[in-house]
Amino acid sequence: MNEQVLEPIERPPTTMSSRLEGELMEVSMGPQHPSTHGVFRMNVALNGEIVVKLKPVFGYLHRNHEKIGENTSYLGSMPYTDRLDYFCSMTNNWAYALSVEKLAGIEVPERAEYLRVILAELTRLQNHTSLLGFLLNDMGAWGTPLMYAFREREKVLDLFESLSGSRMMCDYMRFGGCRVDAGTDWIERAKKVVDAFPRFLDEFENLVVSNEILIARTQEVGKLSADLAINAGITGPMLRACGVNYDIRKVDGYGIYPRFKFRVPLGEHGDTYDRLMMRVLEMRESIGILQQAFKQIPGGPVMNPKVKIRAFRPPLGEAYGRIEGPKGELGFYLISDGSGNPYRYRVRPPSFVNLTILEDLCLGHTVADVMVILGSVDIVMGEVDR
Amino acid sequence: MIGTGILKGMAVTARNFIGSYFEKDRLITVQYPEERNPLPENYRNFPFLIYDGNDAEAGLRCVACKICEKECPPQCIYITKSEDKKPDYMGKPQFYPAVFDIDISVCMSCQICVEVCPFEAIKMDKVFELSRRERFDALLTRKNELAKSNSYYHQIHPTEAAEVDAKLTEAAAKKKPAAGAGSTQPAGASPSQTGG
Repeated sequence: MNEQVLEPIERPPTTMSSRLEGELMEVSMGPQHPSTHGVFRMNVALNGEIVVKLKPVFGYLHRNHEKIGENTSYLGSMPYTDRLDYFCSMTNNWAYALSVEKLAGIEVPERAEYLRVILAELTRLQNHTSLLGFLLNDMGAWGTPLMYAFREREKVLDLFESLSGSRMMCDYMRFGGCRVDAGTDWIERAKKVVDAFPRFLDEFENLVVSNEILIARTQEVGKLSADLAINAGITGPMLRACGVNYDIRKVDGYGIYPRFKFRVPLGEHGDTYDRLMMRVLEMRESIGILQQAFKQIPGGPVMNPKVKIRAFRPPLGEAYGRIEGPKGELGFYLISDGSGNPYRYRVRPPSFVNLTILEDLCLGHTVADVMVILGSVDIVMGEVDR
Repeated sequence: MIGTGILKGMAVTARNFIGSYFEKDRLITVQYPEERNPLPENYRNFPFLIYDGNDAEAGLRCVACKICEKECPPQCIYITKSEDKKPDYMGKPQFYPAVFDIDISVCMSCQICVEVCPFEAIKMDKVFELSRRERFDALLTRKNELAKSNSYYHQIHPTEAAEVDAKLTEAAAKKKPAAGAGSTQPAGASPSQTGG
């Protein structure tokens, strides 16, 4: 036996301050964290509680959407677009239909155009309502605002279900129009839902907007400058919250939007509070558009009879169709080689592009603010990862 | 004054809480297995095959043309064409599907098969309580499970079914003189659009 006396090891002093000073802590937030809106991970480097570095990691929900689109027919891609941003399947359908219509030069009947506007604005209502609920949920207003928001959202989803057959995976639009016509009773029901909506908005504003805690958590948090927003390609309510007047409904005037009178709400500071209020104001404008559309909607067919949806072969060429989705510019880029499948099928998702500046928004804020900022960006992982 | 915003919010919560006892609009929860919301008429879930008359084998409208199999985006339909022909509901000899399976664990309820079917043979069902004990075989629905009568279709989608029936009788009336002249074309020139 070899007897040896262990010498005491010199240890550094173990007080808290000496160990943590100046040392960064890396935290992996997500991908299963409930407030990351799906499977999204952020590698955050923290100095104490302050974020000094943030790296978004995504791809957990990658489903090969674009490659599938290149291997299915033009019609077959339509139900897949529902699954991009599963909150706004109607606007996804419209963006895809619009780019195929551009590619093949298809006309859309008047009534179908009105139905598309009605459904897109209803989608905007329900997306923004659920966003407000989720954002407050992330802030710690657990449950109540989210449930109030979902109660309203469900009314819109009921309309979608009775028209298209499915609450969220609507698969309603086709290139050349819409799949089924909306009856007069559906229009009446939709009118009722839209007329009751301002009451909910007033109530919701009373509930949260003047709340001191909310103001303290959101004002001056996650400021985005207009320059950075433009350079990074940010679109939608996030861009308009910085005061940049850019709304594709006005800029492109796709569909029949030039016929409607509406204002584009603009923010001033570009902080989280502005982004939140932007959604409330946009919903009020959407209600105005819907009421005009209900008044003007004509009768007639909803589908262009010349369009053959099965074995559809557009001519050679390329097209980029874009719309103002609830989250920002949603575009589909298609290249046709004259066959039944697109040669290239590319999605320009608003959530993905809006997410790229997350680090710039979060630097210098606390961990708790990261969740609020992420909530205000309004992402859906189905669209980010595709 | 600080705190008024919070009090305003509390008032809204209180109004909702008390209102839930009096206003139906504020209490919308449905206690699912006991209570049920009626399904909208257009509701769709998984496809099924229609047969006319009482015999599911003889009255099946499907002629195994495989268009739905080809167009199905997630490729969940499997069809094998029969070797022989049998008379269809209009009395003409037609092929029929020897095997017709739909994998409902793959199906995404997009109803493209319904839209592309030229024979009005496949429609969307409304059954949604489909939990099974096994993962594999039980979720692959076979031809005998898929075949449902036209009267069932009338029961679940009354307006749509009436339109389809009107379309089919019109097509049959048109085909009658042609069939007398010796044409062997299958009866199925109806447009691929459904609903309207």
